[in-house]
Amino acid sequence: MIELNNLCKTYEIGDDTVRALDHASLCIEDGEFVSIIGPSGSGKSTLMNVIGCLDVADEGTYLLDGMPIEEFSDDELARIRNEKIGFVFQNFNLLSKLSAQENIELPLVYQQIPKQERKRRVDEALDRVALRKRKNHRPMELSGGQQQRVAIARALVTKPSLILADEPTGNLDSKTGDEIMTLFHELHDQGNTIVLITHDEKVADQAERKIRILDGKVFDA
Amino acid sequence: MVFQSVKMAMDSIMSNKMRSFLTMLGMIIGVMSLVVLVSIVNGATKSVTDSIANIGTNMLSVSIMDDKDAPLSMDEVEELTEYESVKNTASFSTGNATAKHERNSESITLYGTTGSYYEIKGLSLLNGRFLKNADVDSSTFVAVLNQTAAEELFGQTHIVGETVSLNGYHFTVIGVLEEEESTTGNSSERLEAYIPFTALSKISGSGRNVSSFYVTSADEDSMDAVENEITKFLYLRFSYDSDAFSVTNSSTIMETMSSVNDTMKWMLGGIAAISLLVGGIGIMNIMLVSVTEITREIGIRKAIGARKKTILLQFLIEALLVSIIGCLIGIVLSALTVFGVNSLIDSVSASMSLDVVLVAIGFSVFIGTVFGIYPAYKAADKPPIEALRYMR
Repeated sequence: MIELNNLCKTYEIGDDTVRALDHASLCIEDGEFVSIIGPSGSGKSTLMNVIGCLDVADEGTYLLDGMPIEEFSDDELARIRNEKIGFVFQNFNLLSKLSAQENIELPLVYQQIPKQERKRRVDEALDRVALRKRKNHRPMELSGGQQQRVAIARALVTKPSLILADEPTGNLDSKTGDEIMTLFHELHDQGNTIVLITHDEKVADQAERKIRILDGKVFDA
Repeated sequence: MVFQSVKMAMDSIMSNKMRSFLTMLGMIIGVMSLVVLVSIVNGATKSVTDSIANIGTNMLSVSIMDDKDAPLSMDEVEELTEYESVKNTASFSTGNATAKHERNSESITLYGTTGSYYEIKGLSLLNGRFLKNADVDSSTFVAVLNQTAAEELFGQTHIVGETVSLNGYHFTVIGVLEEEESTTGNSSERLEAYIPFTALSKISGSGRNVSSFYVTSADEDSMDAVENEITKFLYLRFSYDSDAFSVTNSSTIMETMSSVNDTMKWMLGGIAAISLLVGGIGIMNIMLVSVTEITREIGIRKAIGARKKTILLQFLIEALLVSIIGCLIGIVLSALTVFGVNSLIDSVSASMSLDVVLVAIGFSVFIGTVFGIYPAYKAADKPPIEALRYMR
């Protein structure tokens, strides 16, 4: 459950002040599949960073599963990201030195989960994205679609409250993009909460609920 | 957690073989120059102190410049042993003579002394015996030759009982001294004969007055006490004139020598430490070149929930591993170099000491850690969104 109340955030870029979030309020229930759409510079990256606890708003309150995010320290936010949020990035953001399996395992390592349990959950996540055969490959040895599926498995493996996907199909061709979207639908059907950020209307239309952001203001579309 | 960090650090080292190798290379060269240079100086110091210790570190040499018309007698010198801290005394005088045996004729240095000279100077005999106090008391014409003198005059060293002529006086050879391992190399050229102090004064007509003698203490610790006693005695003996005599302490010479060597050690060690520092800067350079990669990696790790402490621990362990491995390789190579230098170059006897090895380890680990972790520290301090955005 996500509740944003009157969030404001401004950036100074040279002499200009950019209002990236302008009294943005939003509520997302558990199990929803929401897309957030807006052109570049509309503040959607800022909104995603705030929802993902990577950044904190200047004003307003953000409750994630009832926790007031702005009150936590950096290390506590790291723990919340680790346990509550699964990230899927446009450019995958996998660690190139590690194999697919080790990439997926990493958030569990930070939770200090025992090795046996980690292995079981990594295999489970690999099965969900149908990549078990490729688990020992490094990211460089995988196609874009496969890399994105590894990233999705990494997001899933902690059983997060929220999967936050930032332009997950942006770096993929349309066929592979469709496959990834199909995967998101499956994950939604299995009960995961998904927030998908995009500038592509066709991608955004696939969500249950579409939210539009423009000049830092949020509207239900 | 630490185990995980070690594993991550190992993965990182192995997946950046070139970077790890270059980092280690800086360390290896730095450690090698430090250890090898200091070892060579150590070796030099050791050989100098050894040769001084051979003379005896518990010895005073006294010479009397102005006897105030009341010259010191041999008996007075003997009586100095009544001081508790004084172990032995030996009066001596020197002179030059022509030594002859059959047709051989050589110039020779004469030492007129007493029986205790043997022990004081740490001499050793090849054949026969040294002078005894009875020889001195009765001023017997007996002589102990050094090995060179025996070989030059007799062509061999088994000459006990033979007669040698010194300035025309016939002396019976009673012993031959073994040649000392000399560091200066040229003293073995000299012909030397040791004869009773009284015999020398007889043939040179110089009288039985003592103008120089040696004093030894029971041990090194009582050196200062002996020096004080002797100085006080001579001060009173020669009308309160401290310029009438001089007392030289062999450990003073040694201290001077070893302080010179210490200076050398610090100087060379300093130069080597600078090269270690340069190695460290090389490490930082390499780390900074890969800072883009490191920053992105740290951004990703932070986004998926790594705490700053966890990240720093990983990079700290990585830096430590690289510098310790580099340092160990450097020490092994230094040991081989020291061994090689010793066996190839005769005049150098380098010796590796534990101290310098420990200093090298400590210093390189310190530098490796500081320079290795600094870029990681900078990256871990960035907010994750900024670190994630960090791309070429």
